[in-house]
Amino acid sequence: MAVKVLVYIDHHQGQAVVSSWEAVGAARTIAAGLGGEVAAMVVGSGVAALADQAIAHGADRAILAEADGLKDYRAEPYTSTVAQMARASDAAVILFPTTGRTRELAGMVAVDLETGVTPDAVAFEVAGGTVVATRPTYGGKLLTKETSKGPRPYLLTLRARAFPKPEPVAGKTGPIEKVAADLGSPPTEVLGYKASDGGVSLTDAGVIVSGGRGVSNNPKLTPPADVTDEKQKEIWRAHQGFALLRDLATTLGAAVGASRAAVDAGYVPYSNQVGQTGKVVSPDLYVACGISGAIQHLAGMRTSKTIVAVNKDAEAPIFKVARFGIVGDLFDVVPALTKAFKARLGK
Amino acid sequence: MNIVVCVKQTPDTAATVTVQDGRVTWGDAPLVLNPWDEFAVEQALRTKEAHGGKVTAVCLGAETAKEALKQALAMGCDAAILISDPAFDGADSLAVSAGLAAAIRKVGEVDLAFFGRQAVDSDTGLTGPQVARRLGWPSLSLVAAVRALDPAGKSIEVERMLEEGRQQVRSQLPAVVSVVKELNEPRYPSFMGIRKASKAEIPVWTAADLGLASVPPAALAWPEVISPPKVDTKCEMITGDTPDQIAEKLVSRLLEEKVL
Repeated sequence: MAVKVLVYIDHHQGQAVVSSWEAVGAARTIAAGLGGEVAAMVVGSGVAALADQAIAHGADRAILAEADGLKDYRAEPYTSTVAQMARASDAAVILFPTTGRTRELAGMVAVDLETGVTPDAVAFEVAGGTVVATRPTYGGKLLTKETSKGPRPYLLTLRARAFPKPEPVAGKTGPIEKVAADLGSPPTEVLGYKASDGGVSLTDAGVIVSGGRGVSNNPKLTPPADVTDEKQKEIWRAHQGFALLRDLATTLGAAVGASRAAVDAGYVPYSNQVGQTGKVVSPDLYVACGISGAIQHLAGMRTSKTIVAVNKDAEAPIFKVARFGIVGDLFDVVPALTKAFKARLGK
Repeated sequence: MNIVVCVKQTPDTAATVTVQDGRVTWGDAPLVLNPWDEFAVEQALRTKEAHGGKVTAVCLGAETAKEALKQALAMGCDAAILISDPAFDGADSLAVSAGLAAAIRKVGEVDLAFFGRQAVDSDTGLTGPQVARRLGWPSLSLVAAVRALDPAGKSIEVERMLEEGRQQVRSQLPAVVSVVKELNEPRYPSFMGIRKASKAEIPVWTAADLGLASVPPAALAWPEVISPPKVDTKCEMITGDTPDQIAEKLVSRLLEEKVL
């Protein structure tokens, strides 16, 4: 059977991002609808193991391009190599998991192939030999259905956690075709990486504990005497508040998020921001603490499976999207939640 | 340095956006300079202030999009160009990137082209990288910091915000840089800037002006736009006499519903 669906295995220094496997699962569904095989595309250096892992997760075969010059993700050689793999196949659909790298990569591959690309799809249907994808637009306020007019391959990036992750089948094997990389003379050089603050990545997190402006409002706290500036006092209070959220997050293996108000006020860095101008997340559980629920924030988290809201204001809009609500002081409720989860989860 | 910043006009993020009779509407909410693009304009201006040169704002859109360009001029851009042509009606990112790349070529001798990471309406995040590919320039997306810029040596060093942390990259110029919010704090337009912008004549370039024999036809079709189905979330309020009691009740409910 011919390969109908290619799926790109995104990785950071040889470690696959989990949503790559979700994309392999989605590729299986599409290949079943179109009648054909799934081939995984693995590009990098020292990444042969990812080809085996992709096959274990459901790919029929894998195409592997390895070169020293592909050690770090760089848009240009990765684009040329992926486009070359696409041209050598008869694939109708090319899938990528959505990450910072692949939005760029898929867009650039689409230019090379002069074809259409749908970024960040959250659902799709396969009917009559075509794929119709659904993706959020206007910051999640609308859903747009998008499809390719053909005849060239249709590229889609799939939002993390929007599709089920298949379980790997131990011992499953398949052919791995090694191809040459198309390096060209790359115009960029990767100098290194600065790790993020550790912790769980927001977009991959199954549970997120998020804080808003309210996290700085603990009246019971007295800042140290050397903190005299009002703004510094506020930030000091906010840091104590976020420490409570972090305790709860650690107990739950969760990531810590924040509203734009909390980021703009300088409480936490922008990389923690959830919302229309931050990260869009859909965890199993989202605990919103001291977040009123501005429309821009809801746009970034309303697809969470279960939302818990803790807020002093019973009228806060966040309660309109929450499954469970607690009207109360987060400085009392959050530590109590940490204690209760620890007891019940046996930690 | 010769700098271009590509911008888009979008509805304000506070707008209530709905679908009526199959068409997207935001009522009388204002159209604004795409919020992400404010960071791109700011970075373009800071680059010029540090290294000298000129900043040209370019926008592809309808005549009304001149308002977004005026905002960019009011912030301090030296010139603005609107690309407008019925040939771009129903354009997808392939067509838009072809138009913007052609405009950057026509501006000529450009060292850096800045973009916001994405537009808050279409939310694709594709345009910057696609323009880079069309120009054959390196794409530096999700840039959160510019560490060094050497106009004479034609190189730039940036930090890109990836999921795993920040990737530090050195690149040749010319390059396309698409920026995230962490990069800077956009300035407000000055009174003088607003006055200057209000009087500015903004040239309109058509596809023919850009030397595009034809605009690439859209490779995508959009069968339908819908409002997300109303999820029937009835908020169950958890109450109790003490925080511990409330917490235990909530944890029990979450475990009962197999949320965890």
